[in-house]
Amino acid sequence: MTAGCEPFVRVQAGDFQIADEIDRLVSGRPEIGAVVSFSGRCRDEGGRLAALELEHYPGMAEAEIGRIAREAASRWGLSGLTIIHRFGRIMPGENIVLVVTASPHRRAALEAADFLMDYLKSRAPFWKKEHLADGESGGWVAAKAEDENALERWRE
Amino acid sequence: MKLVYFAWVRERIGKDSETVVLPEGISTVAELLRWLKGRGEGYAAALDQPNVIRVAINHQHVDHDMPLPAEGEIALFPPMTGG
Repeated sequence: MTAGCEPFVRVQAGDFQIADEIDRLVSGRPEIGAVVSFSGRCRDEGGRLAALELEHYPGMAEAEIGRIAREAASRWGLSGLTIIHRFGRIMPGENIVLVVTASPHRRAALEAADFLMDYLKSRAPFWKKEHLADGESGGWVAAKAEDENALERWRE
Repeated sequence: MKLVYFAWVRERIGKDSETVVLPEGISTVAELLRWLKGRGEGYAAALDQPNVIRVAINHQHVDHDMPLPAEGEIALFPPMTGG
């Protein structure tokens, strides 16, 4: 098990620039041969959704994402890792979450990004509430059993 | 003991946090949930199915059989929908 890098984690209301975050992670790092970025965006659900309201648990959100990030960095020996998760009101088409993983070879970066998104879905303390296009509040998004089950495949 | 609530747990209980003095004999997360459920209509609605409630002690996820700490922050919330 390689030690892995120190992850860069941010929980913020504002948007992020994906290209800038990738540059920040890999510039001046010629040993990095693979960079994977995953960004999750707010869907409009076929025009039904006006916005998502993301509630989070300040303090724990940063702590829990940090724990998940350090586990991934160590397990895949990552050279670089950035995770940014937004909270507050997010409109369709806007970014919600960004994971950027960097490693010498592609397999580690790909698998680590997949692992991180599975864990962020079910372990990071965020809750999505829908606001509908017709002005109604659509209620809280229910957690999916398949998201919880997805964690099983990472158990060593 | 400071309790904090999120998402529909917060909405049903009607507050986002409170400080409570636990009665004698409440020593685990499961016992805390059972006790809270009897504190009123909002609590009963929030904790109707205690097995779905997720709990964190001092910002760390815990199971319902976890003993309660002497002090700190206990958070109750629904299954998370991050990412």
